[in-house]
Amino acid sequence: MSEQVPVLECRNLSVSYFVRAGEIPAVVDFTMKLMPGEAQGIVGESGCGKSTVALAIMNYMGRNGAIVGGQILFEGRDMRTMSDEELRQIRGSKIAMVYQEPMASLNPSMKIGDQLAEVPLFHEGVSEDEAKRRAREMLSNVRLPDPGRIMESYPHQISGGQQQRVVIAMALLSNPKLLLLDEPTTALDVTVEAGIVELIKEISSEFGTSMIYISHNLGLILETCDRITVMYSGEAVEVGDIHTVFNNMRHPYTRGLFNSIPVPGADKNARPLVAIRGQLPLPHERPKGCYFGPRCDYFEAGRCDAGHLPMEEVAPGSNHFVRCVRFAEIDWEALKPKPKEQEPIEPGDVVLRVENLTKHYEVEHTGLLFVSEKRTVKANEKISFRAREAETVAIVGESGCGKSTFAKVLMGLEEASAGRVQLGNLELSKLPVEARDGATISRLQMVFQNPFDTLNPSHTVGAQIARVIKKFGIEKDPERIRERVYELLDTVKLPRDFADRKPRQLSGGQKQRVGIARAFAGDPKMVIADEPVSALDVSVQAAVTGLLMDIQRENRTTLLFISHDLSVVRYLSDRIVVMYLGQIMEKGLTEEIFSPPYHPYTEALLSAVPIADTRVEKRKVVLTGELPSPTDPPKGCPFSTRCPYVIEGLCETTPPPVRSFSDSHTIACHLEEARLTAMEPVIKIDDDPAQAAE
Amino acid sequence: MAVTTQVPGSSSLLERLQRPRVIIALMLVMWLPLMTYVMFGNYLGQQLKDLILLPAIPATFLLWLVAVISWRESWVAVLGVTLVFFWLLVAVSAPYLPLIDPNKPIAPFTVPGLERKGHYFILGADLKGRDMLSRTLWGCQRVLVWGVTATLVAYIIGSMLGLLAGYLAGWWDEVISFISNVLLSFPVMVLYILILNYLGPSGFNIVIAVTFASAPAIMRIVRGLTLDMKSRDYIFAAQTRGEHPLWIMLVELLPNARGPIIVDACLRLGYTTVAITTLTFLGLGLPPPDPDWGLMIKEAAKVAMLWKFSYMLLIPALAVSSLILGFNLMADGLREMSLKD
Amino acid sequence: MLKLIFRRLLQMLLIMAVVSFILFLVFDSDKFKKQIATAELGGFAVSTLSEEDYQKWLAKKGLDVPFHERYVKWVLDVLRGDFGQSFEKNTSVASLIGERLINTGILAFWVFALMIPLSLTLGVLAGMKEGSFQDRTLSFIAVFTTSIPEIATAIILTVILALGLGWLPTKSAMISGWDWKQLVLPVLTLVVYDFGYVARMTRASMAEVMTSQYIRTAVLKGIPYRRVIMKHALRNALIAPFTIIVLQLNWLLSGVVVVEVFFEYNGFGKLLLEAALFGDVYVIQAATLIAVFVAVLSQIISDVGYTFLNPRIRFS
Repeated sequence: MSEQVPVLECRNLSVSYFVRAGEIPAVVDFTMKLMPGEAQGIVGESGCGKSTVALAIMNYMGRNGAIVGGQILFEGRDMRTMSDEELRQIRGSKIAMVYQEPMASLNPSMKIGDQLAEVPLFHEGVSEDEAKRRAREMLSNVRLPDPGRIMESYPHQISGGQQQRVVIAMALLSNPKLLLLDEPTTALDVTVEAGIVELIKEISSEFGTSMIYISHNLGLILETCDRITVMYSGEAVEVGDIHTVFNNMRHPYTRGLFNSIPVPGADKNARPLVAIRGQLPLPHERPKGCYFGPRCDYFEAGRCDAGHLPMEEVAPGSNHFVRCVRFAEIDWEALKPKPKEQEPIEPGDVVLRVENLTKHYEVEHTGLLFVSEKRTVKANEKISFRAREAETVAIVGESGCGKSTFAKVLMGLEEASAGRVQLGNLELSKLPVEARDGATISRLQMVFQNPFDTLNPSHTVGAQIARVIKKFGIEKDPERIRERVYELLDTVKLPRDFADRKPRQLSGGQKQRVGIARAFAGDPKMVIADEPVSALDVSVQAAVTGLLMDIQRENRTTLLFISHDLSVVRYLSDRIVVMYLGQIMEKGLTEEIFSPPYHPYTEALLSAVPIADTRVEKRKVVLTGELPSPTDPPKGCPFSTRCPYVIEGLCETTPPPVRSFSDSHTIACHLEEARLTAMEPVIKIDDDPAQAAE
Repeated sequence: MAVTTQVPGSSSLLERLQRPRVIIALMLVMWLPLMTYVMFGNYLGQQLKDLILLPAIPATFLLWLVAVISWRESWVAVLGVTLVFFWLLVAVSAPYLPLIDPNKPIAPFTVPGLERKGHYFILGADLKGRDMLSRTLWGCQRVLVWGVTATLVAYIIGSMLGLLAGYLAGWWDEVISFISNVLLSFPVMVLYILILNYLGPSGFNIVIAVTFASAPAIMRIVRGLTLDMKSRDYIFAAQTRGEHPLWIMLVELLPNARGPIIVDACLRLGYTTVAITTLTFLGLGLPPPDPDWGLMIKEAAKVAMLWKFSYMLLIPALAVSSLILGFNLMADGLREMSLKD
Repeated sequence: MLKLIFRRLLQMLLIMAVVSFILFLVFDSDKFKKQIATAELGGFAVSTLSEEDYQKWLAKKGLDVPFHERYVKWVLDVLRGDFGQSFEKNTSVASLIGERLINTGILAFWVFALMIPLSLTLGVLAGMKEGSFQDRTLSFIAVFTTSIPEIATAIILTVILALGLGWLPTKSAMISGWDWKQLVLPVLTLVVYDFGYVARMTRASMAEVMTSQYIRTAVLKGIPYRRVIMKHALRNALIAPFTIIVLQLNWLLSGVVVVEVFFEYNGFGKLLLEAALFGDVYVIQAATLIAVFVAVLSQIISDVGYTFLNPRIRFS
């Protein structure tokens, strides 16, 4: 094994970007060895330099980037000394890459077949027909239905998941030695992601290709890789076998990362998420010595900030390296998160009643003079559920499931087509926001998804919070308003001088905190949070969710948490509503959703969520097919096109009956109750980690 | 995370000059006297007319200084703003410069660098014997004042319509877009010729013609920006707290559109300057005899088709080109800087 | 696709109807009726004309008929191809405009023939490597040439090439027959003024494409650089310049008034200006209508072309 030549070796690689302000080091002293057939994961938060590593390996640094030190050896040869022509011959034939955004990575004005055929055409010099034949064959190898049609399509004519399969096919066409995958599933829905991950795993076993898999998601790395490199602020901080690092991590940052992500088998009261304090330093503000120093609980002045730290092997021969001077002294068991026994909150009266809420859009093709065919988009179909005071209800679903439309109807930006929505005693379904009085509006507020969009870039943070206070008439006097703004900033744990800052001076997490402060400014009865943390890094996610939960707990606010991420939802919600294409598939208490009986869609969703825990064993349920378009949903059960249990002749034509399993738990499915009850749990936790590691 | 308290006196004079409030004040001190002088000069008493532009001179100089300092990272923008401010400074200080009366005929067809009848003609004299240097320097006043006013009016109307069409959509959009489509389907020059021929040549009519010609294009830009921004979460946030549509348009949307608007405004100032000069050349713009670059070209084009007298054409042509180049370089520099952010 | 063209054509008809109505309304005002009288009878005669005689003159000219009747008649005449008579030049408007359109067409042809290859080549070369020497040089030259207005370009070129070097005639009136030498200066002026704009647009489009992720994919696929440019970049980068070039057609028809006037070239723009200054109502109406027609048509071609070249839009 040790005599083998590594496919790729990075030795003390350093990459910098050169901008007006000077040199910005993006990757510092990066060392990695990849053996044939091995899959290496690179994990880290945004800005840690993981994508730069991939582009440096490809030697594609753009206009202002450059490799400033170290070596990249591909099969023993330094790529930095190769000529352009040699590089060209390696790119796409021996090293291939799969990108984060498949849509943007494919040429919009070229047919997919032509784009694929270029690879054998230019690397192997085969004839055009032969190239096309190989392209078609590869398309069926990546499990794309109807390759002939896809060959003749343009990229925008197929779905995101299919596009990514095309990009993978393009990478595999020349049978590469090394495959670089840069966040290949981040832009996709979770059930589609599961299919792609499955494909990647099959490729590595089938073709024996070495892989570098770059992701921010520890769970995905665990599912796909043999070894892992954890990066922080441009440096690799820990490298080792996947199970060693997951179970016996020896760097405080890695520990912090694991503490801030939700794991199955715990809920918000048993084990709160622990965020890493502070923020990722900007590249030109990195501290001397250990970059993680200012955020580390084990920081020791004089040692940790003495100078550049080297990578050290944890034990001789362990092949587990860590960049920390104190790893041997730290009591790693003590760092594991402790259960914090919190009183569960007693929910109060029903605050929100939603009954048979339906929202249809008429999509018309309107011109100046004609109106041509109409189409109905069923964004919400007969939604019913209730939410109590101080309770958290999660609405879970993938894109196009109608969760955002539902939020708009609730907020009065859209009118419901039918059904009722009652907040307290007030009927809201036909009451647009202009017709609501200040008190009603202030009782129902929202936290938005995109931190970069949630605040108006032209106004200061303080002015935006103050506007809400003034608008809802909570305070009138300018002094008192200012005082209230400061109190709210205290509540969301931001310094008071942030009031005078413009949003662009804030990080994503800080903006989201301001968004929360703004939503709670008017003492709302109920807050809708639309994917409030999905755009944030994991360590920040934990802090923001924690904050949201604390404020909610204190004010006994009802929280409607909209999310696509079941693992986060399990952590914070009391009840869950699972939606698919505008309809409720299953609803119930959190425990009821996570254990059988499942709706087949819930089952697939649970199985699709990657889990960063070596003790967990998942039952594999991979869906085929793509999400149908909401403009053209299936006639009967919306899930019938992808359901593994589909009953021919029934599911496609007849809407499913709603079956009750308890007072709170219902499933909309044609399957017999007995069959639903007989389902095996998807997630099993094995409490002996040593065994799972084998 | 220490709270940084700002002591009012501690910031330097230059920093204080860069505050938005100070800049707006300086602009008003520069602009209002100049506008009054050019548009309503005849209604002012001689004494007032002599004094009114004095405060504008330091204001113009300070504004130039502030612009150069805050845009120092882009030499293109600095060059542009310097060209523009050179002409602005000439415009506000023309009455106080030691110049011969631009309308006084002295020595016809005097080539540059000659002395005739006790006057030294640095840039020569025109066909009627008027001093070219004096006419060129005085000539920038009318172009600048009418050009900027016309662009500003077109911008106010165009942005309002763009906000209405983009934000309110529906019938507002249909009607406003159709009207602007009709106007946009006229070639710009045809529209100018028709309107000025109908209304008669004068400064105010130029403002109207420029508004008709430019507002539809501005409306399209602002409408596009509004459509892009109105699905942002901060607009939803404003809607869900029940803000009035006018508030959303003016306070939430307009300030965020200012970047592209300012760049486009610089370009459009250039177009308007071209249009005014061209129209005067065609005999549809500002009436004679006051000096004006377009007029100078028009008069010279009839008689100066000789190498010896080509200075009569070249000087106003270069003057107007330098002003437009200034506007265009400013737009380029600003765009470049906004892309870097 | 057909539906799109059909819709746009219908929209064009609507715009033409509105435009012709507005035009007719404007020229039906007393002011313009007086202007026609002045043009025909002379300023002095009109000022001494009694109200009664003026009414008689109107009746003789058929201008006393109610507005809507005259409008319907005019529209019907136009539809039959009869644009009326020119007051100033005393010929039929149709033949006058036809002759001037041909002159302008010749001018436009040569401008396009020189400008398109020049600006596309320069734009693509500059945009291929953003920030390179050739890019900076082009940007510098282009900002200069586009900043100098047509009138100034015309003057500078005339002074150098005609007055200074004496290579070319200063005017392009072509009084003694067709002379290609007289065409050089107007064509050159328009090319110098316009190529910078198109080149900059091409450069911007090319530069944007070169930084796109699909170009990165193509490079990292290992295909030769030439093919990346020719096959992947150009196809996408030339969509935007195409639409801009088509829209230049509109500018060449009537935006070049000033050049035609300066060089005394008997083109369409000059005709329009002369008619406007003289009050030659039927000529203005017809010329404007044609200008609007060409403008709307070029917009349609540009839109349809954009859709056709862009498969992302074509199939959605």
